Amino acid sequence: MTMTAHSLAEDRDPMLPRLFRVEKVRRDLSDTFTMELLAEDGWEFVFRPGQFNMLYVFGVGEIPISISGDPADRSCLVHTTRAVGQVSQALNALKAGDSIGVRGPFGTAWPVESAYGRDLVFVAGGVGLAPLRPAIYHAMSNRDRYGRVMVLYGARTPEDILYKKEVERWRGRFDMDVLVTVDRATGKWSGNVGVVTNLVMKGGFDPQQATAFICGPEVMMRYGAQAMEKRGVGRDHIWLSMERNMKCGCGLCGHCQWGPHFVCKDGPVFRYDRVADLFSVSEL
Amino acid sequence: MPGVDASNGAPAILDKDGLGQLIAALRTKGYRVVGPRSADGAIVYDDIDDIEDLPAGLGDETEGGRYRLRKRTDDVLFGYTLGAQGWKRFLYPPRQRLFAARRQGAGFQVEAEEGEEAPMAFLGPRACELAAVALQARVFGDKTFPDPGYQARLAAAFVVAVECGAAASTCFCASMGTGPEVTSGHDIRLLEIKGQRFLAEAGSDRGREILTGLSLSAPTAADLKMVAAARKAARAGQGRVLDRDTAAALQSMPDHPRWDDVAARCLSCGNCTMVCPTCFCTTVEDVTDLSGDHAERWRKWDSCFSVEFSYIHGGAVRTEAKSRYRQWITHKLSTWADQFGSSGCVGCGRCITWCPVGIDITAEVAAIAATRKGTQG
Repeated sequence: MTMTAHSLAEDRDPMLPRLFRVEKVRRDLSDTFTMELLAEDGWEFVFRPGQFNMLYVFGVGEIPISISGDPADRSCLVHTTRAVGQVSQALNALKAGDSIGVRGPFGTAWPVESAYGRDLVFVAGGVGLAPLRPAIYHAMSNRDRYGRVMVLYGARTPEDILYKKEVERWRGRFDMDVLVTVDRATGKWSGNVGVVTNLVMKGGFDPQQATAFICGPEVMMRYGAQAMEKRGVGRDHIWLSMERNMKCGCGLCGHCQWGPHFVCKDGPVFRYDRVADLFSVSEL
Repeated sequence: MPGVDASNGAPAILDKDGLGQLIAALRTKGYRVVGPRSADGAIVYDDIDDIEDLPAGLGDETEGGRYRLRKRTDDVLFGYTLGAQGWKRFLYPPRQRLFAARRQGAGFQVEAEEGEEAPMAFLGPRACELAAVALQARVFGDKTFPDPGYQARLAAAFVVAVECGAAASTCFCASMGTGPEVTSGHDIRLLEIKGQRFLAEAGSDRGREILTGLSLSAPTAADLKMVAAARKAARAGQGRVLDRDTAAALQSMPDHPRWDDVAARCLSCGNCTMVCPTCFCTTVEDVTDLSGDHAERWRKWDSCFSVEFSYIHGGAVRTEAKSRYRQWITHKLSTWADQFGSSGCVGCGRCITWCPVGIDITAEVAAIAATRKGTQG
């Protein structure tokens, strides 16, 4: 399946950011925050689940961040970021009312529509839940079109569970299964302990009829995809979202190459059978 | 001067005066003429005002890790093989400002780059160099996200190609199928056949239009014989060959022991990527003035040989020189075809010449090819 990114506008320089205003900032975790953005020129942002934007902080730099809001909600653009580098820390310092530059949306999307009629299994690790959330929203808004819907989520500790209240709400629904595991139990945690691949092995979905969307650290995706395969899910029904250094987001800067792929435009969402071999090559 | 009519596209002879007229005509039409000059002990492409700027009587000698200018025994104007760098720096400058931004209250405003650039006329591109321009045009001509600057500069550029009448030991365009004869991408093609006389042919309507206004004469049988001999020499004189089958298969050999071998020699300096006429990677740099109210974003050529190139939070992906060399050569020779439909190498040999330790892309492929034959029987 070929997916082309929705272009900013035909005659617009793809390297030129569009200005957005920060409407709201929410601290999710000690180092992770979610921003709601509105285009200063009133432009309505349209994206598909799994796509990303290049976010520019005045004078500091630009980084690729996946979109974590609801694709059906055009009222604002939502990004969840973990502050780990210079630019993401500068993003973290922005407050409501500040301006931010946005280029995008770029990249391929989770194929939510071609999974209609199938079981949908989301496998997320850590902040990898953010790029999956738009697809989860889509699944909930189109619940009748899917078989079972499962969210398998692994975090380091109970304190690191992203969108905690929301995950709890999802867990309370009767039309989806949400399983959470932590690497290390703290406090009153009485749930699963261990890697998220353990949850994959528990099942609860029909491997012959399931489509899996996996997002998290690279090693987690590798083992997650292998576990899915072991459970009997076809490689062509396993999808994952890659991360690489990006300077442009649109195939011009060369930084994000991963074998023959540009992660920015051939990905970030890849079908596993097309990239499985690349996972076994170190430093590719 | 007995003139010939170039309007029908027939090959004609252009002498030294005619070449001078050509440069003058291009300048009159508003072109910024760029061609070869001798500077800093090398042939470099730079602005030229007239024929006197051309490197008459100079030739170049190249070998792995070696480049020397030498005096020729004749006074030909294009007696060298290649400039140290290709035409990439004019179509895709090493430093480009993407935009400026100015703080305004809590927000800021972005000012797009504006301003007119004079159209350029390239005097002297070789066949391999035009092949490189065509490869980059594909990279920057992506349907969804083209680079508008590159597209505009290339569309405006007038190309006076000068075919090679000899080859260097580092040349292998013949084995890449990109030369030595110029077959596309030019408005006019010249071949210097002796004594600053050129065979001139138009390759486009605007080329025909310019040629028509110059003093031309009809080629003699002896002229045409020299043309054929020069073309033959440019092909036969190539010192290197690239095994294209093995090159194309490199992406299936990420664990080949040769990567360790080359990594022991490679300095990761990135010279090969800077002189390569098709390498297109860039990084960006953000700068602010002292007040902090004015910011600029610049795009700069980058090299996949630096550790930072592949940095993502937590560290670089390609920490070892081995991985970085493998990335460069595998992309150039193998995965480029997946991305853009052909090899990314045009056989100019600059990466061999300008490698400080003389690593030879054709020799590395040959070494890998030798082991393939061993394993495949």
